[in-house]
Amino acid sequence: MSQQHVTTTRPTRTVEPSATERMRQGFARRTRSLSPILGPLGTTLKYVSLVIACAAAIIPLVTIFMAAFKSREEYATSGPLDPPSNWFNLENFATAFVSGKMLEGFVNTTIILVVSLVGTILIGTMTAYAVDRFDFRGRRLVMGLFLLATLVPAVTTQVATFQIINGLGLFNTRGAAIVLFMGTDIIAIYIFLQFMRSIPRSLDEAAMLDGANRMTIYSRIIFPLLRPAIATVVIIKGLAIYNEFYIPFLYMPSRDLGVISTSLFRFKGPYGSQWEVIAAGTILVIVPTLVAFLLLQRHIYSGLTSGATK
Amino acid sequence: MAVMSGTTAPARAADSRSPGSRRPTRRGWKVTPWLFLAVPLGLLILFTYVPVANMVWYSFTSWDGFDAVKEPVGFKNYVEIFTRPEIFRVFLVSLYYLVGAFLQLVLAMYFATVLSFSTRFRNWFKGIIFFPYLLNGVAIGLVFLFFFRPGGTLDALLGLVGVQEAPLWLGDPSLVNISLAATSVWRYMGLNFVLFLGAIQSIPNEQYEAAELDGATSWQKFRFIILPSISQIVGLSLILAVSGALSVFEIPFIMTGGANGSETFVIQTINTAFKFSKVGLASAMAVVLLLLVLLVSWVQRRFFPEEKGDLA
Repeated sequence: MSQQHVTTTRPTRTVEPSATERMRQGFARRTRSLSPILGPLGTTLKYVSLVIACAAAIIPLVTIFMAAFKSREEYATSGPLDPPSNWFNLENFATAFVSGKMLEGFVNTTIILVVSLVGTILIGTMTAYAVDRFDFRGRRLVMGLFLLATLVPAVTTQVATFQIINGLGLFNTRGAAIVLFMGTDIIAIYIFLQFMRSIPRSLDEAAMLDGANRMTIYSRIIFPLLRPAIATVVIIKGLAIYNEFYIPFLYMPSRDLGVISTSLFRFKGPYGSQWEVIAAGTILVIVPTLVAFLLLQRHIYSGLTSGATK
Repeated sequence: MAVMSGTTAPARAADSRSPGSRRPTRRGWKVTPWLFLAVPLGLLILFTYVPVANMVWYSFTSWDGFDAVKEPVGFKNYVEIFTRPEIFRVFLVSLYYLVGAFLQLVLAMYFATVLSFSTRFRNWFKGIIFFPYLLNGVAIGLVFLFFFRPGGTLDALLGLVGVQEAPLWLGDPSLVNISLAATSVWRYMGLNFVLFLGAIQSIPNEQYEAAELDGATSWQKFRFIILPSISQIVGLSLILAVSGALSVFEIPFIMTGGANGSETFVIQTINTAFKFSKVGLASAMAVVLLLLVLLVSWVQRRFFPEEKGDLA
């Protein structure tokens, strides 16, 4: 709610120091800076708004982080804003990991993640190769089919997809999630297609003159050159699979097949009143994301920009 | 198993077309691209087009999901959707998320503009504002259940400023959708922010310098330099906001399960299909939603035409 105030007060305030604004305009600098235009008040408001936004982003996470280290009695007697008395109390994490079946969740997520990523990369690069490097009848139709599919929100078609997964005998297997992650990813195809256009065709042609067939060109020339695009797809798709809730929830209800999302969701029932255990499970799920973000920051930003606008 | 034969059909059709033309030209056999496309196209058709076609078919039947026979009932399911107010009314819940989405875009645009100018700790601010977007949806749901619960983080924060009697954020039907929409803003604002920031930073510096020489105010710079160069991405984000608001699912499903009047159209569709075994009616609901989303996408293409044909 605090964020609302920021945007409403901001524009009116910037009008205020208009006298200084005009005077300072001569001091235009190379580094794009707002301070010569806004004056000290504007600069202060800017930092205040940024700090409020960061507080809004962090506080909900910090309080659940603190709750994860509290013992049961301590949780019952202390408020959510109080830090835990012992920061090394890892009991809740152990409970979440073992009796909350988080361990199985991480194993299942990893298996699904690896297989789906390999599949998505092979499928995506093959499609992009076929569409970009061949002239054939029906090429436009194929492109149109992939394009149109981006408009169909997967969430609407699950009612009917369920029957297909069931008919294939994949219900309640990891295969259901794998096949759906592989088969419905069109963004990856676009990223590969875009990147493929920057690989000169003369490379293909030179190899062809040397007697290479299409399969060799794809696997020895195109595929290795697509490595940066593959890295982008691994990041975007990897995050999406790690975070996916709906597909495993719907198609893998068995307790042994929980992925991290569904394992964590099941905490709501038996641990409904034990918030310190739920908090520990939540933190266990968040930590890998935080580590990935810190290590791959740049790639995540550029990957999302290229993925979302296509 | 009728489905299985559907997968291989395109590949086989491609084979039968080519026997006469097996001369290896410079462009390769005519069948070669189809060898590369067989698996991708098979999966696309099997998991996107067959479900859509089946869904339309089911929507004209009274199928329960198990019966061998699917009794055709004509438009009965569609009539039911539009005449039973309790089915269609849940679309009103989407309005909360729609308002939230607009607020989210405004906030994202504000922070992207501010951070596109030199700022101390810029990468820290950027990272922290963006980070929530990366988190697992279930984790976010639980974080905010803890945040909104009676005696939870929000109540404690309000207690610091002297508010003692806090309402039930998730229990009060007049508040629950606002709380959930706020959670949704918290989750997705970072993505819009980073996309806007990227677009603003791709503006060449000379444009600002030229504007400064002409004596432009900061509002004018925003209005005439920044806004036009991000209009494409803003247009796209607007449309995604609308179709996202129509098909909200994860946050309310995880946090309240649709209780206290927080049920959305997708939650209702899923329950109709898998809880009440009315696959026919649920399919009709899904078709209605699909048509609405397609309509929104069509409007986007009308009003924000892409500058260059990306897939020509």
